[in-house]
Amino acid sequence: MKFDTVIIGGGLSGLVCGIRLLQQGQRCVIVSSGQSALHFSSGSFDLLNALPNGENVINPLSSINDLVEQAPKHPYSKIGKDNFEKLSSEAEQFFREIDVELTGTARKNHYRITPMGILKPTWLTMDGFATAESKDNLPWNKVSIFNITGFLDFYPQFIADEFLKTGTESDIHLFNLEALDQLRRNPSEMRSTNIARILDKNIEEVSRILNEKSGDSEAVIFPACIGLEASSLDKLRKLVKKPVVLIPTMPPSIAGIHTQQYLHDYFVKAGGVYMLGDSIRNADMQENHISKVYSFNHGDIPFTADNFVLATGSYFSQGLIATSDEIYEPVFNLDVSYSTDRKEWYNPKMFEQQGYHHYGVKTDDSFRGMYKEKVIQNLFVAGAILEGFDPIKEGSGAGVSILTSLSIARTILSNKERG
Amino acid sequence: MNLQQHNISENNFEQCIKCTVCTVYCPVAAVNPDYPGPKQAGPDGERLRLKKGDFYDEALKYCINCKRCEVACPSNVKIGDIIQSARIKYSKKKPKVRDFILANTDLVGTLATPFAPIVNTTLGLKPVKAVLDSVFKIDHRRQFPKYSFGTFESWYKKQADSQKSFPKQVSYFHGCYVNYNNPQLGKDLIKVFNAMGIGVQLLKKEKCCGVALISNGFIDQAKKQAKVNVASIRESVLEKNIPVVATSSSCTFTIRDEYPHLLDIDTKDVRDQVELATRYIYRLLSSSDMKLRFKDEKIKVAYHTPCHMEKLGWSYYSIELLKLIPNIELTVLDSQCCGIAGTYGFKKENYRTSQDIGDGLFKQIESTDYDYVVTDCETCKWQIEMSTSKKCEHPISIIAKAIL
Repeated sequence: MKFDTVIIGGGLSGLVCGIRLLQQGQRCVIVSSGQSALHFSSGSFDLLNALPNGENVINPLSSINDLVEQAPKHPYSKIGKDNFEKLSSEAEQFFREIDVELTGTARKNHYRITPMGILKPTWLTMDGFATAESKDNLPWNKVSIFNITGFLDFYPQFIADEFLKTGTESDIHLFNLEALDQLRRNPSEMRSTNIARILDKNIEEVSRILNEKSGDSEAVIFPACIGLEASSLDKLRKLVKKPVVLIPTMPPSIAGIHTQQYLHDYFVKAGGVYMLGDSIRNADMQENHISKVYSFNHGDIPFTADNFVLATGSYFSQGLIATSDEIYEPVFNLDVSYSTDRKEWYNPKMFEQQGYHHYGVKTDDSFRGMYKEKVIQNLFVAGAILEGFDPIKEGSGAGVSILTSLSIARTILSNKERG
Repeated sequence: MNLQQHNISENNFEQCIKCTVCTVYCPVAAVNPDYPGPKQAGPDGERLRLKKGDFYDEALKYCINCKRCEVACPSNVKIGDIIQSARIKYSKKKPKVRDFILANTDLVGTLATPFAPIVNTTLGLKPVKAVLDSVFKIDHRRQFPKYSFGTFESWYKKQADSQKSFPKQVSYFHGCYVNYNNPQLGKDLIKVFNAMGIGVQLLKKEKCCGVALISNGFIDQAKKQAKVNVASIRESVLEKNIPVVATSSSCTFTIRDEYPHLLDIDTKDVRDQVELATRYIYRLLSSSDMKLRFKDEKIKVAYHTPCHMEKLGWSYYSIELLKLIPNIELTVLDSQCCGIAGTYGFKKENYRTSQDIGDGLFKQIESTDYDYVVTDCETCKWQIEMSTSKKCEHPISIIAKAIL
């Protein structure tokens, strides 16, 4: 199977890289071992919310100098401060061009609202979600918060309490639809996706309830368990007489699933080959150059390509595997940076900075992976699997995935031009 | 000392982190609230069942064994295998006469083919359908695939000698469908292989792969038949050095993966030598100078990926082969289950679920004017032909029609 680029990993990072390469006429395949972490998305992409030293970031572009100084191995430091600005605006344009509706800019973080009602800074937010320009001022004086009776992954009272701190009053309404009763037979399956399937089919009734109960509120706050079918959220917004804004629920994330499927479909329609449920098993490598990779499903029939991109994610997606004595990268056994003293891997205080968050695959400044301390010439590493950053504390996970992928796509394309 | 190895199950069920991604992609859970979904039926339920078998829930019978949960799982848990193994181990429901008739494709086919014209007419009659529906609970809206007048095997006997004259050989696992219902597909396969200078043999002894026996709970019989098949495959692959090809994605998947995972029959020594014909041909064409020569006729088709093909990951080969046809206009449909799941959709109690699952696919198919829908699975073909206005063919038949 002959391609220009083989991308291993089909989440946010792999798809962004793949779509960018297809747009420039490359033949690409994505091999993905299962569905991605986008299924747990908050509905927003973070770029940089805090520096490694803990200082809050308001304008990621102007804070990048400090980040480079504090964390020289950070993926953003490898990108460099000039390219960081160029790539973040390229990313915003990239999503606009492929019609993924996002609001926000790298020049100034805005705020998203968590399922617990906390306001957190972020870069780009998906269509339909509640956002605020400042941390202590919501755009409404009074809202109505709705939830489905028995849905345990959304917390109206917490949200109302947090809203009140900024001066926004809320009333809370639980509602039920007869069609939802079938889910109740199985309380553990009262989850966002199952609910969304039913709400999507009953938009008229839902909108009637929202109109009836939201009284003099300025907006309706609704859990993001609607819109698995893309058109139903639009329909709801048309039928309800005041703005309907979503707040994310606990996973699975409808907006994330939607984004994953949208990017997947875009990639496939643009001519990409997407192979789900398969993993790369081994590679032919001579003199730090990879010529072929082999997968479990395809056995003796190899994938050949000029370039390979490893975007297999972090521990959750098994891009990195931690055992009791080592952390390794299972596809190519690339060099991974981690402390040999296991005590440094984690901090018993769960909400403190964790060592293991920073561990990942070592690369050079062009994101080429290292094997036995030597750079592999045509293997690029993108996204969550990279070393040197803390996606949780810094709020940089999606940004690293998107920017490193775009950066790698650029390198691959310009290498090709130079021949 | 690595103690972790003792805590790892064959189906990886302890790797489940409860993320629910499997249930998101389950075609049954999306339409039938009686099915608790793969997370609950699989790893969640397994934790309880390991404690006590009484926790087994008969609702697991609604699983169609499509394996889309496994394809979606980010943690490599063999969810489908966990569910099917639990059915085999714990279910107390005895299969019905209806299930026996549906599952025994070999026996029923052997009885039906000599009288095919009569059987086909009879099975199409309204009163017969009414009896099948009320007595046997086989839904009256279903149409049985027509039986062929004479089997593929009996036709092949007359070709055996001429096939031996080719310097290179493959063994063909034709499956019940080609043998009893659609010998033309077997003939098409021989035409395509002969065009590449390859002769086609049959296995010494071939039994139904057993996919329907497994799903209907006839495990002992499935094991018996599997042993016969594996012995014949071993003779071909290991003694005669002749690889085995098949045209049915479900037969291929069953032999390669369900035999070891569900029936406990090891196929390691021959597994790599059992594959779909389209994969064999793709490998040959891409690693040699061999070329197929095609006619210029225009054809517009849509390819449907069967669930077991999705699990094998091999739709790529069938699609790439179709693309070799010079004047083909090919659309690859979004991969989604057609709903029939072998014998599942024939059962009266599953009819609604089956059609609801397939609804999205049917709409995709009807949206454009295709000459054919193309797919590697015979039961998907039946479902598509029963539920849409389009005719459905196997990629090998399309290739056979297109070559000079």
